[in-house]
Amino acid sequence: MSLLEIDDLSKNFFHLPALSRVSLRVEPGDLLGVIGPNGSGKTTLFNCVTGVLRPSGGQVRFKGEDITNRSADAVYHRGISRTFQLIQLFPEMTVLENLLMAAQERKGTLLSRLLGRDETEETDRAHKLVDYLGLSRVKHSAAANLSYGQQKLLDFGMALMPHPQVILLDEPMAGVNPTMINALVGRIKELNAQGYTFVVIEHNMEVVMSLCRRIVVLSQGAKIAEGTPAEIHDNPAVMDAYFGS
Amino acid sequence: MRDVPQLFVAGVSIGSIYAMAAIGFVLLWQTSGTINFAQGEFVVLPAFVMVFFLTVLHVPFAVALPATVVVSILLLGLLVKKVLVERLLRMGVLPLVIATLGLSMLIRYSLQQFWTPLALPFPTIFPRAPIRAGGVIVSSEDLMNVLSAALVIGTLQLLIRRTKLGWAMQAVAQNRDLALILGINVSQLVGLTFMLNAALTAAAAVLIAPIYLVKYDIGIAIGLKAFYAAIIGGFNQIRGALLGGLLVGLVETYAGAYISNQFRDAFVLLILIGVLLLKPEGLWGVREE
Amino acid sequence: MSAEAGRAVRQWRPLGVLAGAAGLLLLPLLLEQYKLYLASLTLVYLILAIGLNLTLGYAGQISLAHAAFMSLGAYAVAILVPLGVPFEGGLVIGAIVAFFWGLVLGFPALKVKHHYLAMVTLGFNIIVFLVLRNWESLTGGSSGISGIARPRWGPIRFQSDGAYYYYILGWAMLAVASAHWILHSRWGRAFRAIRQNEMRAEVVGVSLRNYKLIAFAIGSAYAGLGGALFAPLLTYIDPGAFTLDRSIQFLMMVVIGGLGRFEGPFVGAAVLTLLPEALRRSQGFYLIIFSLAVILMMLFMPKGLVGIWDWIVGRATHRGLGPAGPPAPGGPVTEVTPQ
Repeated sequence: MSLLEIDDLSKNFFHLPALSRVSLRVEPGDLLGVIGPNGSGKTTLFNCVTGVLRPSGGQVRFKGEDITNRSADAVYHRGISRTFQLIQLFPEMTVLENLLMAAQERKGTLLSRLLGRDETEETDRAHKLVDYLGLSRVKHSAAANLSYGQQKLLDFGMALMPHPQVILLDEPMAGVNPTMINALVGRIKELNAQGYTFVVIEHNMEVVMSLCRRIVVLSQGAKIAEGTPAEIHDNPAVMDAYFGS
Repeated sequence: MRDVPQLFVAGVSIGSIYAMAAIGFVLLWQTSGTINFAQGEFVVLPAFVMVFFLTVLHVPFAVALPATVVVSILLLGLLVKKVLVERLLRMGVLPLVIATLGLSMLIRYSLQQFWTPLALPFPTIFPRAPIRAGGVIVSSEDLMNVLSAALVIGTLQLLIRRTKLGWAMQAVAQNRDLALILGINVSQLVGLTFMLNAALTAAAAVLIAPIYLVKYDIGIAIGLKAFYAAIIGGFNQIRGALLGGLLVGLVETYAGAYISNQFRDAFVLLILIGVLLLKPEGLWGVREE
Repeated sequence: MSAEAGRAVRQWRPLGVLAGAAGLLLLPLLLEQYKLYLASLTLVYLILAIGLNLTLGYAGQISLAHAAFMSLGAYAVAILVPLGVPFEGGLVIGAIVAFFWGLVLGFPALKVKHHYLAMVTLGFNIIVFLVLRNWESLTGGSSGISGIARPRWGPIRFQSDGAYYYYILGWAMLAVASAHWILHSRWGRAFRAIRQNEMRAEVVGVSLRNYKLIAFAIGSAYAGLGGALFAPLLTYIDPGAFTLDRSIQFLMMVVIGGLGRFEGPFVGAAVLTLLPEALRRSQGFYLIIFSLAVILMMLFMPKGLVGIWDWIVGRATHRGLGPAGPPAPGGPVTEVTPQ
């Protein structure tokens, strides 16, 4: 039994198949890359797994439990977190508050969140993350006032806050400058070594090839290849998908 | 003991007018996510405009009718779209909904203050003479209402099913973001929908004015009936709004005749609660994701 | 204007609040009867606005039943107190009944998407109005209930206008304090998250359903509380005070004050009470101005009148994500693009 099992997952929008029977296994400690041309269904895949969209068919199992039609908050509670390609933050909250927000719903009950005020553990973790990601200078700034790169880092930090078991990163390197890319790649590798499992959608081929141990290729909603970076690199079908025949 | 068939026709008659308002309401909801709380006033305003053309400008009916529709399309379609919808839709759905609440009050009380708080008489369009058909007496006004409404709604259905515009509307209603990607100019489409709605409400106004009389506050009742019809029938289907409107008209008419005028609203409300609790997508609606 | 002004305000804020509180306490000594009535009414509206701000401003739910929930509190007091129930008992029962109905309405309505709650509350308001008007034996029908007594604690009677003003003030302060407490808890943060980016909130584990439901129910309870205090203020209630139009006016009051802002209800309540007075000469006119103000506000000042205060104080307007003013509940219109 794998950590995350995706079976024959399909999603149709108005009769257009965005995902066609995609199957995938994610093992604990994986660093899995998901690549493919635009419109191949990568973000749709994430959305279906995390409960943002309801799949039209197929099944998603996490730690053996069927989470296929669960709502996004239920999926989050079970230990899957994610970032977004179009950055989604809480614009008027500070960096610290954004991070605390990412943690507060994981523990306790609705009532305990009204009555209890103790957040020392989460606050400590938030501060540590802020330092780890290099956001210390702006930790009290509103998210809307951060630079694009800082917002990306915050998004990443929010995904890390709840000690997730699987982290889905949607184009973490998009629009980021090369220095920061290296830093981010380093961080992801460090965290992976600590035991975090990552699934990464990326367009930046260099990053994917150097970062990921295993890669899945999607094209027009279907999985067309899977293997190590070397195998993918040499796979003619992958070339076809990107450049057409 | 009133004639069941006669009441049936009367019910369908008023119901089809409600259906017209409800269909416009549903179209707006589908293409822009707006709950147009001013829908009732969108019917009242054209009614006043019609009265203006007929009694102040003394324009013949055949001219007044299209003129009213045009004015309605310009004011309640184009103007509202340009001034309100374009700006507010970008901010999400809530600001626009609140703005329509404001708009409904603005229209209503402006008519009261600047025109008249009194009810204005509206010339009857169709003769009131009863028609005998197979032993049943039916009001010809009711019949004509039904026919007119059927004409309007039938044309609308053709528009939706057969034209590119209609296809685009369906696409946007199903999935807005995908429609954008497919190259549909959603903003333009929303504008066209508002104009279409304005035409529908103008048509409804002409038909309903002889029945309800033309007064600044009839919009409340009409708007409510349109909501009820849309909710009971099904918010996400034109067919739902149509059938919902007919149902509301029928229930109202029968309850009013057999039970009491006071409680006829109560029956519709009971059905409304039932639908909201048991089948919230409406009797003929489809479950949304 | 400037950051200096902002700093100055923050420095003087506690003193300002104290001065305001002192002013409120002294009002009965300064105002004559009618103006004191207006002040009392403003406080009642404040409580109502706080509740609706929670439902609409923080949780993004359109409630068109606020007047109906208010009527539950008003009629609870009007009916129970003559039967021997102490005033506070009637008040609490009214608030609890309102809370209960909030849960009942919200529970199924929030299962369905979009603004179904708006529809349900619309129906509820009308139904309650019909019940109030027709159940004559209980509610007095269209004639309503008159001679509603003001509370008394043994020998202490809050009968005079001044005394009842203080009674209302006490409850208003309790309402403000409790709202402050709720909104500064993690619930408050969750509400702000829902308002700022509903989709993201859900993805970080916020149960939209639970939070919206509880916000709606609590907001309705505040309405019940306000209604219970409203009844003895007028000493007479009838169904006409609790129509759909009233609910809409409360909605607009909160919008004009400033949605999702703590200070919003204060401004909104003051405006809703004072504006009709200022335009007393022409009754309908005030509604025209009111509705026009709402439309203009949505277009140019979606933050409400509180937004003006922000500007004076030089509070950071947020750039970057989203247009001027916070993204409305429901998130930005373009959410997830299929990829």
